[in-house]
Amino acid sequence: MSVDPIVRVVEVRKVFGLVPVLDGVSLEIRGGEAVALLGANGAGKTTLLKILATLLRPTRGTATIAGHDVARAPEAVRPLLGVVAHGAWVYDDLTARENLRFWSTLGGLHTGADELTAALAGVGLERAADARVRTFSAGMKRRLSLARVMLARPRVLLLDEPFAGLDQRAKKWLEERLEALKAGGAALLMVTHSFGRELGVADRLAILAGGRIALETPRGSLGPDDIQRLYAVHAEEAS
Amino acid sequence: MSYARRALAIAWKDLAVERRSKETLNALVFFSLLLLFVFQFTLGSDRERLAAVLPGVLWLGFVLSALLALGRTFLVEREHDCWEGLLLAPGDKSAIYLGKLVGNLALMLLVEALVLGLFVVFFDIDLGRALPGLLVVVLLGTLGLAAVGTLFAAMTANIRARELLFPVLLLPVQVPVLLATVKATEGLLQGEPLGAVAHWVKLLVAADTIYVVLSLLTFDVVLEG
Repeated sequence: MSVDPIVRVVEVRKVFGLVPVLDGVSLEIRGGEAVALLGANGAGKTTLLKILATLLRPTRGTATIAGHDVARAPEAVRPLLGVVAHGAWVYDDLTARENLRFWSTLGGLHTGADELTAALAGVGLERAADARVRTFSAGMKRRLSLARVMLARPRVLLLDEPFAGLDQRAKKWLEERLEALKAGGAALLMVTHSFGRELGVADRLAILAGGRIALETPRGSLGPDDIQRLYAVHAEEAS
Repeated sequence: MSYARRALAIAWKDLAVERRSKETLNALVFFSLLLLFVFQFTLGSDRERLAAVLPGVLWLGFVLSALLALGRTFLVEREHDCWEGLLLAPGDKSAIYLGKLVGNLALMLLVEALVLGLFVVFFDIDLGRALPGLLVVVLLGTLGLAAVGTLFAAMTANIRARELLFPVLLLPVQVPVLLATVKATEGLLQGEPLGAVAHWVKLLVAADTIYVVLSLLTFDVVLEG
């Protein structure tokens, strides 16, 4: 794990109309570290993720990735990012291979046919490589989305409920891939509603409530019941 | 080089999706056929009346089908949740505009070729010597329509009343293009050489250049906005 944080969020406030969604959020993530962001619906988890992804500008405060301000220098930040959002970013009428090639070219990568095949094999989609995505299940689309992200080898990975819609086998597979990315030095911020084994990837937990980080703690040996208890105290009371 | 690759990737993707789904193409073909039937019944076989209104009728068909096609340019990104992916793609965003423009041009020219062919059959027109000049005018007119239409489609993609706002924004800006194309088409169909309508062609070239350059320069702001 690197010493200097790659992701640094300082006193970020975001207001929609008159409603403050984030009200002074501060957070740091180092390379090789994964932070799980927990919070109730409407707590502002996705808003924070979108600010880091350069899709929203903070009303106040700063957020930087590898020293680049996400609001002032989004073009410097974007090549460093891998984003797995709610939508899988796939075109139903293209094949898995075509989707991957398209996003790879759009990202400015020169990806060869062998590399595409390896990326699809890496997510267990080698047999479905030339099938149209229209025929894929939600889990297969999510795996294709992860193949897209992994091809780009991002320094920072932003994941919005990455385990949603995956079966147990796919969840285990995703945990292994995320661990591999961490081992490669990537910083991970993962929004999740789950208290189960999905949190096993996280090194730290951050609970977002009342527009602020209500609790930030190393995951350590906390089990699902401990996390549930902490969540109840900090998130549910604040909301 | 990367810029051209990215633009080509967008154009290829749009055309591949359309070739397989045929969502826009089917709608455009049926819409064009419907228009032709309506015009045929309205105008009948009065040759003089037909000659007077044919350029306007032809371009009305082109413009209405273009409105349908262009309005869907960025909806495919919304429908597939890919809008954020385009936004986050590193590099100059005008490559996305250029790719979308090429895709739209290809689709519109295909439909226009079909409409033109059907016009010839339905109204028993002899294009003869007018065809090469007419192709130049159609190409330039379509470029003008697609250039602004692609930009405005991005501008209105996230607005609830986009179906209403899109034509309201697009058509006033298209006045120079529509004027030049209809007048040039009228001259060509009356048997005049391309040189005789050169002033209209020059207006089209000037409008196209301004529209394409301005769209390339402003697309980044439109997409990020």
